[in-house]
Amino acid sequence: MSMIEAAGVHVRFGDRVVLESVDLAVGEGEFHGVMGPNGAGKTTFFNVLTGRVKPSRGSIRLGGEDVTGLSPHRIAAKGIARSFQIMTLFDEFSARDNVMMGLPAFRARGLDIARAAAGDRRLTDQATETLSGVGLADKGDIRAKDLSYGDRRALEIAVALAQAPRVLCLDEPTSGLGSDGVQRLAALVARLKGKLTIVAIEHDMEFLFSLADRISVIHWGQVVARGTPHELQQNEWVRRSNLGKFA
Amino acid sequence: MMANSTTSSDAARLVTPTMLVLWLVLATVPLWITRIGLYPYLGIEILIWSLYALAFNLVLGTAGLPSFGHGAYFGIGAYAFGLCQFDIVANLWVCLAAAAVVAGIAGALVALFISHRRGIYYAFMTIAFGQIFWTLAIKSHSVTGGEDGLLKISRLPADFGLVSFDLTDNVAFYYFVLAVFAVGTAILWRLVHSPYGRVVAAIRQSEVRAAHLGYNVWLYKASVFTLSAALSGFSGGLFAMAQLAAFPDVMSLHQSGYVVMMTLVGGGLVSFWGPVIGVFLFLTARDVIGALTNAWMLYFGLLFMAIVLFRPEGIAGALSAAVQQHSINALRRRGTSAMRLLVGGGR
Ligand SMILES: Nc1ncnc2c1ncn2[C@@H]1O[C@H](COP(=O)(O)OP(=O)(O)OP(=O)(O)O)[C@@H](O)[C@H]1O
Ligand SMILES: [Mg+2]
Repeated sequence: MSMIEAAGVHVRFGDRVVLESVDLAVGEGEFHGVMGPNGAGKTTFFNVLTGRVKPSRGSIRLGGEDVTGLSPHRIAAKGIARSFQIMTLFDEFSARDNVMMGLPAFRARGLDIARAAAGDRRLTDQATETLSGVGLADKGDIRAKDLSYGDRRALEIAVALAQAPRVLCLDEPTSGLGSDGVQRLAALVARLKGKLTIVAIEHDMEFLFSLADRISVIHWGQVVARGTPHELQQNEWVRRSNLGKFA
Repeated sequence: MMANSTTSSDAARLVTPTMLVLWLVLATVPLWITRIGLYPYLGIEILIWSLYALAFNLVLGTAGLPSFGHGAYFGIGAYAFGLCQFDIVANLWVCLAAAAVVAGIAGALVALFISHRRGIYYAFMTIAFGQIFWTLAIKSHSVTGGEDGLLKISRLPADFGLVSFDLTDNVAFYYFVLAVFAVGTAILWRLVHSPYGRVVAAIRQSEVRAAHLGYNVWLYKASVFTLSAALSGFSGGLFAMAQLAAFPDVMSLHQSGYVVMMTLVGGGLVSFWGPVIGVFLFLTARDVIGALTNAWMLYFGLLFMAIVLFRPEGIAGALSAAVQQHSINALRRRGTSAMRLLVGGGR
């Protein structure tokens, strides 16, 4: 059984069809890459997976359970976490507090008005541990907006990881990073690989082809090619559109 | 923002050193206020409006939601307090509770309609609802007394079973209001620094992220508005006692604007105490400058404009910046939040 499965997802904004019919099934522990030209609808597809956009047709299943059309907070609680193409952090909060917000144990206390949020050792330790996992161990006290661009990208992922998700959706995690940053991120993702089901939209082909188990290419609102990195390099469509040219 | 102006140990406290000092200083006010040519009633007004502004700032500062019709809940609380003592029972505690509950219900009703919005649409809708309540208050002559107001409200005694305090004297009433203010500030401080308060502050910074972390954004926005309305109503109940009457003018758009001005001038966007600073300045300016010229609002308006233009983080922000010697650049970046509120930024 697939961990996450999209079937016949159709999305239109007004009379503009963005996704015609997208199918995707990602197995547990698989790292699945998603690529495609600008404006192909990749982010929109993530928005459907995570409840931000309701598809007009099609369905989403998480671990066999139908989650189509649930609101984002419900889907998040069920175990789909995401990072954002345009970074979306709590800028005024420290890095540690950003991560803290993601912890399910904190979320469970969200309506608590009687206790102080600060000073819960268990939560702080958990947050610090998550930060170490992405190489931000000594930056916990720095405000998110004062972090470097690369650190912010890492924090973006740490917040999603804090949710202890079943599925992690990364929307162009390398975007804007220099080659050092990309390497650092690749190392992080390589460590996560196998432990977590990951779907990653990415333009950086080297990154994707070296890490992904399988890759889907979205174009004209549907998946036009799919396979292992090796298979995709042979694919006629990919060759013609020059997507596999680096290989 | 708020977290930065307080140390994390303060955030975990129920009562902070700042709070204690403030309460103690306020406790001395009746001893000297007449000697500087002012009067205890001004102290009463400052405390009541401070509580109201702190309640309002839950929505404006903590949640980042521009509510420009908050006077409605303050006014509803005042009427509820009066009507309770006339028609239900003349008991202080019951009538103050009624003020909070009735205003809270009104706030909850409005919250149902506005909580999926933010930015300018949110602001418009709060204004519209504020105007509706204000019009109702004026038109329901038989209930509220219309433009003449609901008169002959009395300062019910504070009955603690064994002892009962008469509050008709302004100094006695001042100390009663100060006690309420002390409890109120401790509760609000805890609320803002609780997990709930942190989630609300997170939602201010990014609704999208908060939702995708599993927080029901609508629920938090609706509940914080309701809480704020209830506490504003409670303050309104105290105000009815202070004035011995309830009038519709506090519900008008321009008086709703006062609390916004007070909060922004004081620095409610960056500091828990900002609203208190703003109320203090506004009401003392009204009495001190107002004694010299009728155009005192003009001067306060100029101050407001100067602050929005040059120090959008307000007086509290400027003070804490001076203390912390932040770089000019950090200030500029922080200052944009006042403008962002209005245009609904913050993904
Ligand atoms: N809420 C919306 N309303 C209207 N149109 C939208 C909306 N969201 C996305 N679109 C449109 O849908 C199309 C697909 O956008 P999407 O962001 O999904 O592309 P993408 O594949 O992620 O592109 P990129 O590689 O540039 O990130 C674009 O033309 C975009 O303008
Ligand atoms: Mg995209």
